[in-house]
Amino acid sequence: MSGELVVFWCLATLVVLSAATAAFARSIVNAAYALFFSLLGIAGVYALLGADFLAVSQVVIYVGGIVVLVLFGILLTNRSLEELLQSKRRSQWLALVVGGGILAVQLAVLIGAIWPLRPETPAGSTTAPLGVLLLQKYVIPFEFASLTLLVALIGASYLVRRRERD
Amino acid sequence: MVTLYHYLLLSSVVFALGAATVVFRKNAVGVLVGVELILNAANINFVAFSRYTEHVMPLAGVSQPVALDGQVFAIFVMILAACEAAIALAIIINIFNRFGSIDVDEPSSLRG
Repeated sequence: MSGELVVFWCLATLVVLSAATAAFARSIVNAAYALFFSLLGIAGVYALLGADFLAVSQVVIYVGGIVVLVLFGILLTNRSLEELLQSKRRSQWLALVVGGGILAVQLAVLIGAIWPLRPETPAGSTTAPLGVLLLQKYVIPFEFASLTLLVALIGASYLVRRRERD
Repeated sequence: MVTLYHYLLLSSVVFALGAATVVFRKNAVGVLVGVELILNAANINFVAFSRYTEHVMPLAGVSQPVALDGQVFAIFVMILAACEAAIALAIIINIFNRFGSIDVDEPSSLRG
């Protein structure tokens, strides 16, 4: 068993266990913290795949940004402590049926599919080629993404503004 | 030796857990957590395919042994996830101010 495989299974265990906690935890705050560890493990998976820039972006955007935003959302929208510690959920059977059904379909596709695989594994940093790719081939989507981000942030702050007359 | 199928297996499990979260939680922020898990599962697939599949595309000026288009798509997914989280939390806070709860079954005043 190679070192890469050991690292992969450690990361996969971390990601799956904390994602399962995020899915089924009783407290919504625990779910947000489990999401934190799951996203951190996924950053490790990106590093294992050789995507160094994406691993750092994952830590900065998801772990540093979105998880904090989710925690803010939780703490701004609760009425009582017991609502925080025991959030309302549907029946577990519904979740198990939906999740299990999706997993079964995906595994059925996965077992039957064959992709043209490359034999050797590339090495080296991906940051510089990614920058070239973003500013040459994907420059129009890149600019639209920045415009989307600007509009979304202005729209979000407009949505939560304090109304004067209501 | 870690293969493409290891990563695809991991991402299908994470996707299924995210979908289960979306249907399981009644709390709107909990649903948002599930959506983030689903987007991350898709991102793992993008990056894994970009690393392992045979698709070499020459790019001017840079010697590039591997096609990085999958990683570019993953970056766009991250950008849109950030937009989505900001807008969703703004909507959730509005719903809380109006209905006094973020239970996704509560705001039903628009039903026909």
